[in-house]
Amino acid sequence: MAEPLLDVDRVTLRYKTPQSLVTATHRVKFRVERSDRYVLLGPSGCGKSTLLKAVGGYLSPGEGTIRINGKKVEGPGADRMMVFQEFDQLLPWKTVAENVAFPLRVARKLSKAEANERARAYIDKVNLTKFADSYTHTLSGGMKQRVAIARGMAMEPDILLMDEPFAALDALTRRRMQDELLQLWEDTRFTVLFVTHSIAEAIRIGSRILLLSPHPGRVKAEIEDVASVAGDSARAGELEKTIDNLLFATDAPDVEEVPA
Amino acid sequence: MSEPRIILSSVDVMNDGMDQPEVERQLSVTERLWNHAALRKTVILIALAIIWELYARHLDNSLLFPTLSDTLKALFDHLADGSLLERVWTSVKVLLIGYAIGIVLAGLLTAIAINTRIGTDLLETLTAMFNPLPAIALLPLALIWFGLGAASLVFVLVHSVLWAVALNTHAGFLSVSPTLRMVGRNYGLRGLPYVLRILVPAAFPSILTGLKVAWAFAWRTLIAAELVFGVASGKGGLGWFIYESRTVLDIPAVFAGLLTVIVIGLAVENLGFRLIERRTVRMWGVQS
Repeated sequence: MAEPLLDVDRVTLRYKTPQSLVTATHRVKFRVERSDRYVLLGPSGCGKSTLLKAVGGYLSPGEGTIRINGKKVEGPGADRMMVFQEFDQLLPWKTVAENVAFPLRVARKLSKAEANERARAYIDKVNLTKFADSYTHTLSGGMKQRVAIARGMAMEPDILLMDEPFAALDALTRRRMQDELLQLWEDTRFTVLFVTHSIAEAIRIGSRILLLSPHPGRVKAEIEDVASVAGDSARAGELEKTIDNLLFATDAPDVEEVPA
Repeated sequence: MSEPRIILSSVDVMNDGMDQPEVERQLSVTERLWNHAALRKTVILIALAIIWELYARHLDNSLLFPTLSDTLKALFDHLADGSLLERVWTSVKVLLIGYAIGIVLAGLLTAIAINTRIGTDLLETLTAMFNPLPAIALLPLALIWFGLGAASLVFVLVHSVLWAVALNTHAGFLSVSPTLRMVGRNYGLRGLPYVLRILVPAAFPSILTGLKVAWAFAWRTLIAAELVFGVASGKGGLGWFIYESRTVLDIPAVFAGLLTVIVIGLAVENLGFRLIERRTVRMWGVQS
């Protein structure tokens, strides 16, 4: 079998708090193929964001390995571009175009002209042409996230890592951003690993979904061919209900969520 | 089962029986002028100047409190014969040298502090020890070490600049958001490029505050130090000009000297730093 693009093999992640050592995920295993829209879905505490950060190279697994194109992930790098949830992920001292061009300059070593040209092309793609020369504080939350997506895509990374990028947006904007992301994917078929806690969003965005159960995060199920329910709201609703049952119904009575 | 009903407002209900309601009104000229902080401050300055002039005339004792007009006359006389400018230049030259050295040292110290834990401890301990120590208190020691001259002045200036800049820069680095740090590392930036291209611009508001505070400290320290021993450096600075004028009872010149100190301080603050602020932190929207 051909090598998968991303191979997460029995990964256990632990992090320290001042009081204790917390296990975020326990022997999680999944593979992402090229052009997958792979969604990590689970309730809070299932370690999905931690897992994404480990793929990003910000954490190293206590057990197991993460490989990208067969190469072990050792640290953060521009072959995996991150899109964060926070609006402050853009550099405020740079304009929109400079924000997109900056990593192309420092990580891809493009010339100023090439970086600029490519940055403008991707800013066009996310419909921010008019704002290319604005500073980021003048943009709305949705526009900032679009810049972050353009920045990630312009780098043409092996995989785009998205950590709940639409979670802080209002419902209408979120809906539009999801459609736009799918449209962008239709254009370039990039590979994306997407973290969310919204089942509906996972079904809209994903082509494959990994369900994680919390405390510690373990793989509960993997759902293939999610895209087959696209545009069919009845079947999507059914799938949503099934996933909801899988995640919550069985262990709801004894595992009460304790507010942090 | 009842249906939801939509009741549209008729035109005269919306307009309250009147024509189109007022959406936007132009402010009057005086209102708009009064919105300029610079104008309001100028008014305050003029008021203070008038009070000064009137009170000094009422007192009629130029040895204690010369009038504004006498002070301005002394100022222009000393400016015209070039003596005052020469003094200012002597002071500013020493100040810039001390300021520059202080900033470079602060940069080195914070660069070490941000990269190693022991460096952080070093910076924290040193600033805790030396920041509360008034620079002028080091002057007697500086005189023994470096003799009567510019070197002693530079030494106390470095002391007054170094801790303020280092402390603010370090605090600024620490407050850079985890997301921005992760973004920087995502680009593969490490070491010095990471500090210069991510941390420094992200912490720029704090760094700028440090530079401003340090400038004010340095300027005050310098004038005070010159008052104590400025004569020994051959050509005295502005502080010495004030002291000298006092000894010959040329009180309007003392006031002129003080006024120069104030004017230079204001000019640097309002023209220099304000300009930098407008081109950086305000343009970036990280400080209002």
